[in-house]
Amino acid sequence: MNAYFKQDEPDTRNLLDTGKQGVIGKALSRPEGLAKVTGTAPYSAEYQIDGCLEGVLVTAPFARGRITAIDKKAALAMDGVIAVIDDPRMTTRPAQGTAAAAPEQGPGEVDYFGQPIALIVAETFEQARHAAKNLPFDYEADEIGSVPLDPESAPRETDDGSSMSKGDLAHAMKTAPHTVDLRYRTHGHVSAAIEPHAAIAQWDGTKLTVHAAQQMPNYNIAELADITGLDEENVRLISRYVGGGFGSKLGVAEETAAAAIAAMQLSRPVRVVMSRQQVMQAIGHRSESRQRVRLAADSGGVLTGFGHEALVANLPGESFAEPVLQSSQFLYGGDNRLLKLEIARIHRSTAASVRAPGEAVGMPVLEAAMDVLAEEIGIDPVELRLKNIPEKDPDTGLPFTEHGLARCLKEGAEAFGWDSGPRQPRLKRDGDWWIGTGVASAARVHNVAEAKARVTLNPDGTASVQTDMTDIGTGTYAILSQIAGEMLGLPPEKVLVQLGDTDFPRGPGSGGSWGAASIGSAVLVACEELRGSLAEKAGVNSDELDIADGMLNGQPVSDLLGGKELSALGHYEPGKIADDYTSSGFGAFFAEVRVNRHTGEVRVSRMLGAFAFGRVLNAKTARSQCIGGLVWSIGTALTEALLFDPNDGHIANADLAEYHVPVHRDIPALDVLMLEKKDAAASAIQAKGIGELGMCGGAGAIANAIYNASGARIFEFPMTPDKVLQAMEDN
Amino acid sequence: MKPFDLQRADGLAHAGQLCADKHTAPIAGGTNFVDLLKLEVETPSTVVNINPLPLGGIEETADGGLSIGALVSNTATAVDMRVRENWPVLARAILAGATQQLRNKATTGGNLCQRTRCYYFTNIDQPCNKREPGSGCGAIKGVARLHAVLGTSDHCIATYPGDMAVVLAALDAQVEIAGPKDSTRTVPVRDFHRLPGDQPWKDNVLEDGEIITAVTLPAPVAGRQVYRKVRERSSYAFALVSVAAVIDMDGDSITRADLAFGGLAHKPWHDPRIADLLVGQSPSEALFDKAADLLLEEAQGYGENDFKIPLARRTLKAVLAEATGVKP
Ligand SMILES: Cc1cc2nc3c(=O)[nH]c(=O)nc-3n(C[C@H](O)[C@H](O)[C@H](O)COP(=O)(O)OP(=O)(O)OC[C@H]3O[C@@H](n4cnc5c(N)ncnc54)[C@H](O)[C@@H]3O)c2cc1C
Ligand code: SF4
Repeated sequence: MNAYFKQDEPDTRNLLDTGKQGVIGKALSRPEGLAKVTGTAPYSAEYQIDGCLEGVLVTAPFARGRITAIDKKAALAMDGVIAVIDDPRMTTRPAQGTAAAAPEQGPGEVDYFGQPIALIVAETFEQARHAAKNLPFDYEADEIGSVPLDPESAPRETDDGSSMSKGDLAHAMKTAPHTVDLRYRTHGHVSAAIEPHAAIAQWDGTKLTVHAAQQMPNYNIAELADITGLDEENVRLISRYVGGGFGSKLGVAEETAAAAIAAMQLSRPVRVVMSRQQVMQAIGHRSESRQRVRLAADSGGVLTGFGHEALVANLPGESFAEPVLQSSQFLYGGDNRLLKLEIARIHRSTAASVRAPGEAVGMPVLEAAMDVLAEEIGIDPVELRLKNIPEKDPDTGLPFTEHGLARCLKEGAEAFGWDSGPRQPRLKRDGDWWIGTGVASAARVHNVAEAKARVTLNPDGTASVQTDMTDIGTGTYAILSQIAGEMLGLPPEKVLVQLGDTDFPRGPGSGGSWGAASIGSAVLVACEELRGSLAEKAGVNSDELDIADGMLNGQPVSDLLGGKELSALGHYEPGKIADDYTSSGFGAFFAEVRVNRHTGEVRVSRMLGAFAFGRVLNAKTARSQCIGGLVWSIGTALTEALLFDPNDGHIANADLAEYHVPVHRDIPALDVLMLEKKDAAASAIQAKGIGELGMCGGAGAIANAIYNASGARIFEFPMTPDKVLQAMEDN
Repeated sequence: MKPFDLQRADGLAHAGQLCADKHTAPIAGGTNFVDLLKLEVETPSTVVNINPLPLGGIEETADGGLSIGALVSNTATAVDMRVRENWPVLARAILAGATQQLRNKATTGGNLCQRTRCYYFTNIDQPCNKREPGSGCGAIKGVARLHAVLGTSDHCIATYPGDMAVVLAALDAQVEIAGPKDSTRTVPVRDFHRLPGDQPWKDNVLEDGEIITAVTLPAPVAGRQVYRKVRERSSYAFALVSVAAVIDMDGDSITRADLAFGGLAHKPWHDPRIADLLVGQSPSEALFDKAADLLLEEAQGYGENDFKIPLARRTLKAVLAEATGVKP
């Protein structure tokens, strides 16, 4: 059976609420959790495959140029080395998310320091690594100084799709009683997923099978087919467990391409695992940004002008530009609007998606600027935000789907104990530590994508769900067992969810926070079909179905099945809902920080996020996503920055000792309020994306709290002690 | 990792003989050395496992001090009751370093000899005079956030990254060293690490074949003990600046001011002029400023690390205020 649902209208049937099992939304633990914490859930590099060779990538020690000769003989003379591969099909950058085609190929041309130029294959990992570090090769490197590395001085293009202008912002800035015109900088970030990029490829002469750490097998299969020149039918990609993605595993990256090509050339299985340094240097990072925010408000605090401009960077030829202004398009009103995104072409490693691309750095900056405006007007910053929530999308004029910003600001303020009186910095001190609070709005565009899943009722009454959708640590296994369980009247443990295998129907992939809403809708569609045929078998109307715990209107479902399985392919596709609405998750952040008045160190002492993202599918995994977002907010605000060498563009701090993600001690008790309200126009399951929302603005709340605590207005993230000291009043 | 021979030290003399070869190095906890082996920053032909040597004890010395064996783990030193009672600043400094797991493996000798965290030193595709003499210094014109502002040279601006040694320098502890031919010598921690000069590859005064056997703390002294480590994240990060202090007062007069600084130089920085200035004086903000002036008289930033100069001043003043009870 096939069932297809193209969603043109809000789906107010709320089918999930008609289920009788009562598991949807419940705070259930993930079914694969035990296997993960006991080390029995195999990650991509951990499959034991007989005769597997080990590959290690060799990388370029210069910014731009070409490899002129590789001394393969010398490498082959080293212990254990079996091959040196520099096949022109090898890729030199990761594919961007949803590319579905090969990224840049040809390792002989070098575009950035640390780019892979060859693969050493050896009997053991240690032999391959040693040979990779000592492979002799000749190259011509373009002269230092002739290669653009600095976004400020590099050639630029405007990203028209992200830019717009309406009314006359300059005039609004000239005439409004309250204005701010501020410039900010944010630094590069990496995903820093615990599992490094890794792949094992096997080739049987016709068919390529690859275990790889990927977020989107549905696109990755096309990328891998394009890279290798194979037909998709002859490629199978398996990503059952992924140890964190955060955008870094959206596209097929260099290690997977290299493993596949090596396995095909050598007719032996080949494993390639990147070192931490290689992951940081040769996998995509979040672009640094320069931003300008102009805000004009009337005497009552209502915005009359809104301008947000950004300069980001990427390699020549990359289509991806960090979409810094994404939420600025609709978050606040103001008739005179200007958005402009420019992209500088430089030769540092690939800029690509890192968790919440765009909003992760655009929202903290906008929200920091809103705080300056609130002070300028002399109004409570929560109130300023409440006053400027537009009725309709101020750019397109489209209506919003469920809009939760006002609720999040109000209920968040209440739960946090926000003091809505006049705000003034440096009112509270505990010994050497100034204490202050800050607020910021959260917004993250909601997307939903086409998805397919097969749901099967087995003769014994249990069920299975199959799709190539992945679980990158987010909870996909859990929520799909709950959706199917709710619809088919089964406890979730009776639903076996199988993911991450391209032999299964195409899911949406995990990315852009669209996974749960999209694949959940496909599972719902399949289950609806199964319910229809169960009703038929039982001789009742679909709306009279009462199924729970494997019993249908008093009769075991297995009896109805009569020893046969019942299977349906659910196919969901967003139709006009995608064009007729502006849809976003919303929220509000409240932070309390302590700033050391001598050293400028900042520690977050309390943080709360209130979020509205439609239906909550699993209160535990949803909360975990929010908590993770708050942790990333703290990293963005205080510690995370890539340090690029000015002479060759390499990343100096390419390891976890020197790229500072927050540690446990940096994270206080975090509060999450989930303000559930089903969003019928968001997806067939009334859910929206939540994976990224938790960090879309949070760093701004911390920046504002730093100012409120210490009087230090800082215009650069992360706000490390050196910057705090420089901005502190008594310096 | 370049393949190497792994030898087991059967006794101190044996370890010394083996290590006399300049391509041979000892390994203790391995928390620093193994990383550098993997990166091929270190490429010895022989590695000597010194863990079988009997250097794992903490013993009281005749004059009331404490001798901490070279193989005592950082954790064991930090939890030792004698250390906690008499030299609490040492326990605090150790606990401010690395992580619990690393401290469980890290040893006294290895901690003193840990190598710089300079980004260019650990990247073999970059120039570095310390790793490859004559190749140049990548950091001077590059990313120098971590780097030194005192005692630098045109050849190297790296810092010694550790915490424990900063306190040992403040306490005027001694490093006990065994040479290859049964010789021994004692070097004050204050003189153990070197400035880079034109030989930045030499971190310290150890000669080939010399092994640290212990660190000796002098008898405890009266006074407030403070270790203040400044860093952007609150654990698992090296110091931007750190200050170790033992300060004693008699009434309103400072009678002891033993200070040392981390994160500023190629060695734990100790400047005897600061004690000379402070002792006998009554504490005040103006006095503390003078101390900072002395400390930073010749400080030189390299762009990204310029902030360390005002940060060192502020941290020093805050520590002095805390230890003397002055309210700034
Ligand atoms: C991520 C990370 C964070 C860290 N953070 C901090 C920090 O915040 N503060 C801090 O102080 N430290 C920090 N450390 C460093 C840690 O303290 C050192 O790695 C550790 O102390 C080294 O001790 P080890 O016994 O493991 O030495 P090893 O790694 O075994 O050896 C280090 C060096 O010492 C030599 N050596 C060892 N023992 C002797 C001996 N007896 N005589 C002569 N030479 C010897 C070795 O040949 C080698 O060159 C950190 C380390 C890591 C990896
Ligand atoms: S500062 Fe010293 S360790 Fe760093 S690159 Fe320069 S020479 Fe090497």
